Amino acid sequence: MRIRIHHETAYTYDRPAQSVIQILRLTPRDHEGQYVRRWRIDLDHGGVLRQREDAFGNIIHVLSASGEFTQFSLSVDGEVETQDTAGIVRGATEHFPPALYLRETALTRPDAAIVDFARSAAGKSKNGPLDRLHKLLVELHDHMSFEIGTTDSGTSAIEAFQSGRGVCQDLSHVFIAAARTLGIPCRYVAGHLFRSDMVTPQEAGHAWAEAHIPDLGWIGFDPANGISPTDSYVRVAIGLDALGAAPVRGAQIGGSDEKLAVTVTVDQTAQQQQQQS
Amino acid sequence: MAFDEMTEGGGGVRAPYEKIAQWLETVPREQLQQRRLEAELFFRRGGITFAVYGDAQGEERIIPYDIVPRVLARAEWEHLARGLEQRVRTLNLYLADVYGAQNAMRAGIVPPDLVWQNPAYRPEMAGIEVPHGVYVHIGGIDVVRVDADDFYVLEDNARTPSGVSYMLEGREISIRLMPELFGQHRVAPIENYANELLSSLRSVAPRNSAADPTVALLTPGQYNSAYYEHSFLADKMGVELVEGRDLLVKDEVVYMRTTEGPKRVDVIYRRVDDEFIDPLTFRPDSGLGVPGLFAAYAAGNVTLANAIGTGAADDKVIYSYIPELIRFYLGEEPILKNVPTWRCREPEALQYVLDHLAELVVKETHGSGGYGMLVGPHASSSEIETFRALLKANPEGYIAQPTLSLSTCPTFVESGIAPRHVDLRPFVLSGSDGVRIVPGGLTRVAMRDGSLVVNSSQGGGLKDTWVIE
Repeated sequence: MRIRIHHETAYTYDRPAQSVIQILRLTPRDHEGQYVRRWRIDLDHGGVLRQREDAFGNIIHVLSASGEFTQFSLSVDGEVETQDTAGIVRGATEHFPPALYLRETALTRPDAAIVDFARSAAGKSKNGPLDRLHKLLVELHDHMSFEIGTTDSGTSAIEAFQSGRGVCQDLSHVFIAAARTLGIPCRYVAGHLFRSDMVTPQEAGHAWAEAHIPDLGWIGFDPANGISPTDSYVRVAIGLDALGAAPVRGAQIGGSDEKLAVTVTVDQTAQQQQQQS
Repeated sequence: MAFDEMTEGGGGVRAPYEKIAQWLETVPREQLQQRRLEAELFFRRGGITFAVYGDAQGEERIIPYDIVPRVLARAEWEHLARGLEQRVRTLNLYLADVYGAQNAMRAGIVPPDLVWQNPAYRPEMAGIEVPHGVYVHIGGIDVVRVDADDFYVLEDNARTPSGVSYMLEGREISIRLMPELFGQHRVAPIENYANELLSSLRSVAPRNSAADPTVALLTPGQYNSAYYEHSFLADKMGVELVEGRDLLVKDEVVYMRTTEGPKRVDVIYRRVDDEFIDPLTFRPDSGLGVPGLFAAYAAGNVTLANAIGTGAADDKVIYSYIPELIRFYLGEEPILKNVPTWRCREPEALQYVLDHLAELVVKETHGSGGYGMLVGPHASSSEIETFRALLKANPEGYIAQPTLSLSTCPTFVESGIAPRHVDLRPFVLSGSDGVRIVPGGLTRVAMRDGSLVVNSSQGGGLKDTWVIE
């Protein structure tokens, strides 16, 4: 599938900002089943973008802008060719052994309820770790409901699991926490999902999890949709949790009332769009 | 019977203590009492206090200062200093290894999960080349002695070891209050510590910085328990004391706000913990850090001292591998001894520890400050049972060691002059041009009779440490 991704983020300030610094994880890389045909990031304000790779192998851009300004915008435009690999991710840039992805983080710490949930879901399987993970995926998809507005970017797996609701970030955090308690290395993936139906509300981006099984390598699990990723998915960044894979982390000096408007378009053809602003 | 550094436990007096012993025999008790009060006043006036964590009032306390100096002969010190240098070189090599080639893991010396699962390991640091390859610019290595010949390392502190201001103030007090006694000895100077620190920090400036690099000391602010030390050291070095909001990052270069406009900063002696140092890379809720600092660091435009993630080398389990790592990296035999350590994560070790709790010291793998530890021989049976449950629930969280018979030094207490247990924290500076150690360090003394816990948070006191010719 050929997927075009375009997003624009416009920042406006009531009082002019003097400087803005952001760490961007907005650029996908190639691996089996994903080929980046073209990709570019543009700034409308006279800022500087410096590209680097972070420790996890993500491409990052450090954005620095200074001077008095009341608005600036960032646009990303690219096209990715995808193939269905049954969720298996091979040939990606890997800097760490899978064992690193057993680390706990504040957002993915499990509590007794998550541990019990993981054990009970895995207990329904008599087969290997792949089957246990699929059981976990299905159970979690059933147990938690997708709901926008009940959680925020700082909601932990424990909080989301308690409330039984959340967005793709929250469901992924719970999945990651649960998989790690089973001794399975697991990580967070930030990316995009092309949807042809447009029936459910969409977030600006999408997120899912990847778990590692010795014989197969990294395999994607999307608990918000209860499936493994297909050729409708574009992987952009990985991390131990949403914070580590965050598309944008920024700070500004001066300036007040930062407001941002995000428009994301993920489409296969020009007619199909999803928007959120 | 513990080794007494003055009397060796017998009636005699060891050579380095000859004059101290004479002085103690002749000086009137009232005069000692008077000097102790003066020392306390000095500390109080100077605002040299520390806050005790977990104390509900966050009360600032004065650290008890014992006016009887602790003495080391030059030869003893030389031996110790060689061992300290070897130790810190190894800590630096180990950190370069865990964030780089991973040779020690590949060679099976350190189990990989102790690296990957270590809470103090910072994955973000992997693959980053720190300026001049130095990670631990300031190391505080806690050592104890058990007899005339042997020094043991008790703990490596590779994060932001504190206490050097007490060392320097302690020296000032002993010169001021006991000028005669001080004058009778040829005491190796330590007053050059701040200069040595500054030279060391300047030596590790990024290669692309100006010939005359700018150093700043980054503090979490006046509510931090070690704020006094931060302002003291910045003042002695003649560098700016800054908080996160005083620094800004522009296009991956760090600047300090000054009245003449932004000024580039090349080396930051940071006393802000890893997690708080940059909200764009670590904790997003931190108001103590500098947004974008890590990007500037990764770009090689600023040196952080100590490097980020140095805690991966100084926990109590990694401690137990240091002698092996010295052999592995340096091909040398360790000069200083390690306390035998049972890693409770290993089932046989755990069983042994559970069977011998009453004889052992149990410590949290990632604990510090003397909190969360069990001193078996001094513990009640209910304390022992509490630890038994903790150990069974989370064996990875603990190590155990035999109780060492720490040496004692003559100390002025309520009952007069009496032996009290001591340790020593020398400060080891690593620059691009080698290792610097001012002779001595901070001697901490357990003021209570028989106590082995010297931490100031647990009522420990301080002594001036004299290395004499």
